[in-house]
Amino acid sequence: MFEIATLCLLVTLGASLYRAIKGPTVLDTAQAVNSAGTVAVLLIAVYGFLSGRPDFLDLAIIYGLLNIVGTIAILKFFRFGNLGDDGDSVQKAQADD
Amino acid sequence: MTEILNLASWVSLSLGGIFCLIGGLGLLRMPDFFTRLHAASVIETLGAGLLILGMLFQSGLSLTSVKLIFILLLIFFASPTATHALARAAKVKGIKYFQKEGDND
Amino acid sequence: MRAASLFIVLLIFWLLLSGVYKPFLIGSGLAVAAASVFLARRMEVIDHEGHPIDHAFKAILVYWPWLIKEICISALKVSKTILQPKLDINPKMELVELSQKTDLGRTIFANSITLTPGTIAVEINKNSVLVHALSEDGITDLNKGEMDSLVSKLE
Repeated sequence: MFEIATLCLLVTLGASLYRAIKGPTVLDTAQAVNSAGTVAVLLIAVYGFLSGRPDFLDLAIIYGLLNIVGTIAILKFFRFGNLGDDGDSVQKAQADD
Repeated sequence: MTEILNLASWVSLSLGGIFCLIGGLGLLRMPDFFTRLHAASVIETLGAGLLILGMLFQSGLSLTSVKLIFILLLIFFASPTATHALARAAKVKGIKYFQKEGDND
Repeated sequence: MRAASLFIVLLIFWLLLSGVYKPFLIGSGLAVAAASVFLARRMEVIDHEGHPIDHAFKAILVYWPWLIKEICISALKVSKTILQPKLDINPKMELVELSQKTDLGRTIFANSITLTPGTIAVEINKNSVLVHALSEDGITDLNKGEMDSLVSKLE
């Protein structure tokens, strides 16, 4: 039964990777990578059960955390061009120019 | 009892897989950025929820099931945040959203 | 008081994730939880927003079951839309009024909107939230105000 779920998740991963490669704008790519990350978390968990090693769940938790941090970092980088400053100070700097 | 649990887990794992496939199909079919976000949220809610539910039926009451619940909570709290950040970035960037033809007011 | 409850929650989190109950690991759990609480106190993030434990039980017992029901209904609707041979979508972007007074309440409301498939909160300000919906129904349902009043009760 885990085989079916694994297969479905692999096909979904393929679909989101196709969208990530083809996506017309950068945001489409970021969104597709984000959903690919969610699918990968589920895939790691299901694969852990498929191979009888539920220890994989720890890896899934870490991957989920990295996924959200990565998406936010990418978006912030494309909007402001750096990761260090918070949004307000950058906007203030742009307004001063 | 084990039989019933196995059957329940089989049903929810398959349904979760099918909902993930539907979300993936939506990612390919939808015409613009915002509508693709809606398709992705099907994967993140019903797909993830049913898959984790199916694994919970298999693991029973143990530390494994606690970790599964943590993964589900993580997805449920993190995915709206990421979706909102993406949608707001698209709005700020000025991406036009798809409108039905003959409905451009 | 809130710091003590944060310490207990963090310690339980550590014990559940570790799964090995030897004196050294329990001791490191205590040390890490205490260090986290100390740092959080220094950063002044232990308040009703950073650690909303007093709302948590009400939210889990009353709001989550309703939210899960809504999520299932609208996810089925969106799946049906995706599976139709000809895409029948009519996306709208409109402002929806909200009645929450605190930032926490507004965040919960916007997150619930985004978590429900078919509606996305795009921008939020004091009195309203800009919602993108896959069809007209999503906006109509939000304007009925059921989710809004349930979230307001949580504050």
